[in-house]
Amino acid sequence: MTSPLQQKLKIAGPVVVTANRLGDGVVVYRTADNGWSTQIGAAAIATTVPAATELLHAAIADDISAVGAYIAPVEVDAGRIQPGNMRERIRLQGPTFDLPAIFGI
Amino acid sequence: MYLYDDFDRTLVDERIDEFRDQVARRLSGELTEEQFKPLRLMNGVYLQLHAYMLRIAIPYGTLSSEQMRMLAHIARRYDRNYGHFTTRQNLQFNWIKLEDLPDVMADLGRAGLHGMQTSGNCVRNITTDQWAGVAPDEIEDPRIWAEILRQHSTLHPEFSFLPRKFKIAITAASHDRAAVRVHDIGLRLHRNGAGETGFEVMVGGGLGRTPFIGKTIKAFLPKRDLLSYVEAILRVYNQYGRRDNIYKARIKILVHDLGAEAFAKEVDAEWQVIKDGALALDPAHAADITARFRYPEYERLDDNPEELRKARSSNRRFATWLDNSIANHKVSGYAIVTLSLKPEGGPPGDATAEQMESIAALAGRYSFGEIRVGHEQNLVLPHVAQRDLPTLWEKLETIGVATPNVGLVSDIIACPGLDYCSLANTRSIPIAQELTRRFRNLDVAHDLGRLHINISGCINACGHHHVGHIGILGVEKNGEEFFQITLGGRADEQAELGALLGPAVPYAEVADVIEDVVAAYVELRERPNELFIETVNRVGVEPFKERVYATR
Repeated sequence: MTSPLQQKLKIAGPVVVTANRLGDGVVVYRTADNGWSTQIGAAAIATTVPAATELLHAAIADDISAVGAYIAPVEVDAGRIQPGNMRERIRLQGPTFDLPAIFGI
Repeated sequence: MYLYDDFDRTLVDERIDEFRDQVARRLSGELTEEQFKPLRLMNGVYLQLHAYMLRIAIPYGTLSSEQMRMLAHIARRYDRNYGHFTTRQNLQFNWIKLEDLPDVMADLGRAGLHGMQTSGNCVRNITTDQWAGVAPDEIEDPRIWAEILRQHSTLHPEFSFLPRKFKIAITAASHDRAAVRVHDIGLRLHRNGAGETGFEVMVGGGLGRTPFIGKTIKAFLPKRDLLSYVEAILRVYNQYGRRDNIYKARIKILVHDLGAEAFAKEVDAEWQVIKDGALALDPAHAADITARFRYPEYERLDDNPEELRKARSSNRRFATWLDNSIANHKVSGYAIVTLSLKPEGGPPGDATAEQMESIAALAGRYSFGEIRVGHEQNLVLPHVAQRDLPTLWEKLETIGVATPNVGLVSDIIACPGLDYCSLANTRSIPIAQELTRRFRNLDVAHDLGRLHINISGCINACGHHHVGHIGILGVEKNGEEFFQITLGGRADEQAELGALLGPAVPYAEVADVIEDVVAAYVELRERPNELFIETVNRVGVEPFKERVYATR
């Protein structure tokens, strides 16, 4: 696998940097103040390759907080940030069906 | 059940301590993720879309009631109250926290469970027939040989860094329920002309992006030579397997590139050097391991007792379940009971903590405390007295694992797909759920007969789509979920890879297409009991293709 840092970035729209929190694996988003948030609305948006690369480098360097950082597409509508594809929607909202425990027995 | 000895317990305990230390050092920042990742993978800990995932080894698919109870405990205390039984007879928890994992491992260890060698480029959990030891059509219990191989391959230093992961499956029955021909090594116990028992050795089978059916390189291998021959195969693979390209690193690529005959020659040359050395199996060692398998003290019972006859004649639903989910046992008066983890609308292979706990209790009461996991993602109670079947059925019904759809169209194998897996391109589980709704009518399902649908959410083929009678493979096209359909695959002793039906179809159309395929089968079958796979073999894919794509 190619490291995220070695991947040639192509950006067709707004992106964020996302990862999983180290201690519990929860999905997190890189914020503008170099922190992490579980809220996609708090994510720092990049629209250029240099900006996205800078965001990603800083996220990867923060190895103690979150793991597996990468750039993910988003859609921004009237300032509201939404995941840009199915994978990211599932990461944010969870599986697309009721979990078995909810079925009950 | 196999009784672990002090050596096994010490090994697991030491690993728990080691892992606790590794997790602490990772959480403190002493270890980077790059340093830690291979360590967590050695213990079955992956990072998936939403969380860490823990894969627990269930050697040859055999669980005790105590172990099942422990899995229920883990699900309840550390996860979201359920677990997922996989096509490799393992169990996965999808929401485990890294900070909890040392305690999870310690709890598991108390029940003799762990996650070792469920990941990484090593010999993985060795799988076998879920009816091993009780199937009337087997010549002996293949788990003894799986256990011998497990002991030999566990933490084997020479084979801890193979070019890629390595999967071994064993069967000892005339009907292959372990899919041995699609494994890196498939072993089939059989008798030669002299009446001796040994192994047919197949290599280079596998699914994924480059599927192959395994090739037989040894028609009959004496038991004493099992370890040395497998070692020779692994050495040849370790030496010549590709490490430059992950997609070409499995042994199937090496066997294909060299040719089975040339590969067999290489193995034989290596084997001649080692076959009479330390790896020649001492019969006393094999006998010792055999003795550590405890078999139930069966009562002397007659087949088809009165309690069973009465219940069958008075309750149609029970009779349907009996005909579908019960198999003959090698001991008279007993039965093998399959518990369907494929309820209508349910994720295939998932079981809640409450279900696990109930199954553990029912196994204790009715199956000598033993449970099996099958690669079809169902569970088995392997030693049930036939007289107990009516009572057991009622209890299984109350916990939702008595759907009489075993081996039928709604008994779908599916990988976790994009709802969980970081490798997936598309979802699998919702497709399976929708199909179970479309085929909810069990009379229709029974009329269709044996029909296996397998779904994979990406080319890695964890849902074994290549060998499904109907295979469904998810692919991404311009950001959208599409699915390729294959027909005619099978994983048994006549293993075949399915043939492509036609262009991929969008997510919303998959269930309609499968309904069309099934409708075409009903029209095309020569007689009511011609199975789907037989019809496909007889007429090929073309008539199905015409039916499916005529209106699309």
